[in-house]
Amino acid sequence: MSKTTDSPRSFQEIILRLQSYWAARGCAVLQPYDMEVGAGTFHPATTLRSLGTQPWAAAYVQPSRRPTDGRYGENPNRLQHYYQYQVLIKPSPPDLQELYLGSLEAIGVDMALHDIRFVEDDWESPTLGAWGLGWEVWCDGMEVSQFTYFQQVGGHDCHPVSGELTYGLERLAMYILGVDHVMDMPFNDPQTDIALSYGDIFRQTEEEYARWNFDMADTAVLLRHFEEAETHCREILSAEHVDPKTGKRIIMAHPAYDQCIKASHIFNLLDARGVISVTERQAYIGRVRALAKQCADAFVQTRAGGWTPETAA
Amino acid sequence: MPDLLIELFSEEIPARMQMRAAEDLKKLLTNGMVEAGLTYASAAAFSTPRRLTLTVEGLLAESPTTTEERKGPRADAPEKAIEGFLRGAGVSRADLEKRDTPKGPVLFARIQKQGRPAAEIVAEVLEQTIRSFPWPKSMRWGSGSLRWVRPLQSVLCILSDEAGAETVPLTVDGIVAGDTTAGHRFMAPGRFSVTSFDDYAAKLKRAFVVLDPAERADTIWNDATNQAFANGFEVVEDKGLLAEVAGLVEWPVVLMGRIGDDFLELPPEVLQTSMKEHQKFFSVRNPKTGRIERFITVANRETADSGATILAGNEKVLSARLADAKFFWDNDLRIAKEDMSVWLTALENVTFHNKLGTQAELIGRMARLAHDLAPLVGADADAAEEAARLAKADLSSEMVYEFPELQGLMGRYYIEASGRPADIAAAAQEHYAPLGPSDDVPTAPVSVAVSLAEKIDKLAGFWAIDEKPTGSKDPFALRRAALGIIRIVIENDLRISLSKVLSNCIVGTLVKRAISSGKIKNPFETVEEYDKLRERLPETADRDAMDKAFLEVNKFEDYLSPVYFGLIFNEAQSTAGNLMSFIHDRLKVYLRDQGIRHDVIDACIAMEGSDDLALLVKRARALSEVLGTDDGENLIQAFKRANNILTQAEEADGVEYSYGADVKFAETDEERALFAALDTAETAITPAMQAQDFPAAMSAMAALRTPVDAFFTAVQVNAENATVRRNRLNLLSRITGICSSVADLTRIDG
Repeated sequence: MSKTTDSPRSFQEIILRLQSYWAARGCAVLQPYDMEVGAGTFHPATTLRSLGTQPWAAAYVQPSRRPTDGRYGENPNRLQHYYQYQVLIKPSPPDLQELYLGSLEAIGVDMALHDIRFVEDDWESPTLGAWGLGWEVWCDGMEVSQFTYFQQVGGHDCHPVSGELTYGLERLAMYILGVDHVMDMPFNDPQTDIALSYGDIFRQTEEEYARWNFDMADTAVLLRHFEEAETHCREILSAEHVDPKTGKRIIMAHPAYDQCIKASHIFNLLDARGVISVTERQAYIGRVRALAKQCADAFVQTRAGGWTPETAA
Repeated sequence: MPDLLIELFSEEIPARMQMRAAEDLKKLLTNGMVEAGLTYASAAAFSTPRRLTLTVEGLLAESPTTTEERKGPRADAPEKAIEGFLRGAGVSRADLEKRDTPKGPVLFARIQKQGRPAAEIVAEVLEQTIRSFPWPKSMRWGSGSLRWVRPLQSVLCILSDEAGAETVPLTVDGIVAGDTTAGHRFMAPGRFSVTSFDDYAAKLKRAFVVLDPAERADTIWNDATNQAFANGFEVVEDKGLLAEVAGLVEWPVVLMGRIGDDFLELPPEVLQTSMKEHQKFFSVRNPKTGRIERFITVANRETADSGATILAGNEKVLSARLADAKFFWDNDLRIAKEDMSVWLTALENVTFHNKLGTQAELIGRMARLAHDLAPLVGADADAAEEAARLAKADLSSEMVYEFPELQGLMGRYYIEASGRPADIAAAAQEHYAPLGPSDDVPTAPVSVAVSLAEKIDKLAGFWAIDEKPTGSKDPFALRRAALGIIRIVIENDLRISLSKVLSNCIVGTLVKRAISSGKIKNPFETVEEYDKLRERLPETADRDAMDKAFLEVNKFEDYLSPVYFGLIFNEAQSTAGNLMSFIHDRLKVYLRDQGIRHDVIDACIAMEGSDDLALLVKRARALSEVLGTDDGENLIQAFKRANNILTQAEEADGVEYSYGADVKFAETDEERALFAALDTAETAITPAMQAQDFPAAMSAMAALRTPVDAFFTAVQVNAENATVRRNRLNLLSRITGICSSVADLTRIDG
């Protein structure tokens, strides 16, 4: 990438610029969800908020974990823990493509020198019972983002439709900063006294988690946790809508969805441990999807999901 | 006469859908307009990643006014009936005319349809087209309910003539049609208005948009080949990729880049696949080294640095991709050279089909079958078996995991690297062939044995578990497998009795299924008991199949009950018969394309030995040939006449006239001549059939036409004299008998 005076100098500067850019476009800048997830889409700010009729605009960084991608910190661009930047706007604005391109400019992509392309890529999440149409966005042949118009989530048709943008932060930043190995990427300002690289912060954890993910994670315990999360999710959703203690109508869609997220992550860990066969794999995905659907069913009966006493009556 | 210009401008349309969508737009619009009475001189459609465009020239300014007459009730019909008719026809009483008909006075209505201006019709048809457009996949966006392939942003719709252009008034889901469009997303993003198609195309070009996909493809191909040529290289042709890339850009700019030296030793197919699938790059070959050494990428814009930044970025992405590929290649080669058996062991955990076991089991079956087939195809049995064992080993390799389309080819590289003979390596690649009707069939004996084994095992397996293709559903590509067997056998002229091979395979699968389902009890205690059962079997039973099944069972340290064994055996026979008819049906389709009629094939299938496809086809070709001649065609008529008379007489008399025609009872010269001709024919046909010289046998048969015709003209078969009649019926039987030794002519149509 060509350096201009406006080029960002570190990984965190790119994140900060995205945060201010989307904040200036009216998005609520949220914080990461405090649970282990495989992708930014799992954050309830995307999954659940894309349901129902209430308008929504949010942007956030989401640390994401993909245990099978662990390479002990040695691979130049594969990590078991990485960051996604996620934007969700409902209804999708007519100029979402332009807004997105503006964000690339904001983080230092010179539109006059690069070749940006929208290449067909339909998105589907079998675990979330969700799909949408859109593109992967290419910058000089490299995929830098996913751009999706959600059509269905948790088995529900999306009305109105949300526009979702997902940036793979490490890959995008490496390209902008001209770094070949993720561990060499400056995390904070490289001119500062205590300059930290991505590797200074994450090389050790990549090693530790790779070893744990592949060889140590206790599969018996994980299998039990999976079952427990599944059972508890159903229990939560089967509770009376009216809380006997407060007398209020409280549907616990979010706590139930937490269990769904948990089950999904445990499934990923089991997959990395290699204890799930090809046929079982489909069955596990189906079980997580069933939970996601039930959580979606519950969410649309809450106020945030568009429920009002009037519509109910 | 006005011209019409329509542009549907949207966010990026998937490249693979553009061409079809432009054609659909043309078809739906022009059909709709013509239906409404609006005819035109010519129409053409274009597409870019962001627009579908239709231009129609010489449109009528308005649809013609038409008059239609409709017959109503009788003039003296009840008032209610007449009122109903008026309502239905949408006319008033003044439009009715009373006319006398043979049924009395009847009312007729004259319905006049007023012509409508083109704009009105275009607006209607366009809205209908947009709302019901046949996208393979469509979506909603924002708060709207309209569906389009990606958000539809604007509609341009103008009618223009010498006087100028007018916008067709139209609003679809909030989008108001206008006379403007936008240029290139980055190079000229502003909107501008247009007055005609020529104006539109010219302004678009100034705004860095080449409207015609064919022109974009030409530009890309010319620039690519020129750049390659100027540097002493040549571009590897790929029409599919060219069309796709032309659908990804509005302003194609061709850039040629380098492939890092580290990657030049990768197999060319790996380079090509990785570049094409992931990056949409063309491969560029150095004719001196024969290697792929450069790539062509097509950018969507010009830049101040002449694409230097874009090219550097693309080279970087490619290096990362190829670093992965090289990592896979190096790892795989190491395993191939050390010990490939770890790949085979890994396949023990990969399911082929839940009722047919793992890939490893499939390979075991294929290896045994290839061993058995080898002598029939001229291959060394041990080589064929080893080739079959290794043919699918590459499914465990990292490269094939990453690029499934390289299966077989990678196997060939890896087996070669392991130091095994070239024919064993080639079988890994060739055993999948033929993949399509125009794909080459394998000809090397070892490859032929493995390819046949793969396909026969597949068909037999899926038939044994009753997973046959139905209608358009053929998820396991069994029709293709059957056609593959047919083509390999015929094009290599192989002599194989398929029925026996099929039933052997099916018995094997059925026995295994029986064991795994726990149906097998009351075991044979000893081999002697099995031998006793074997003795009691009818002469026709396939003892090879039984022995194999018995050994198979023994491997599982279990035995079959004699009764159950018999059931399995019968089931295998009937399943194999059913599978053989399926193969025969595919053969009919295959031969029909070569101009051989289905009834001709039926006539040959009915003959013994028709599971030997090469023989069957020879017979069918000879029969088809002879039926094309005058003699042949007439002989069929004579044969049918003889057969009819004979059948009727046999039914009436309750006896079979099949023997003892004697020339001494002949009364006419024609009769005697026929006797002589039949003798001659028989002398020619019998040895010809033994030598499987069907053309000779068929032409000897066709030579019977003249004497048989003469016989029927001169002779009354059902003579008064019983002896003479019997003799003539027996003579007819000789005719049908001789003809039927060649083919079952009763099955010929007409």
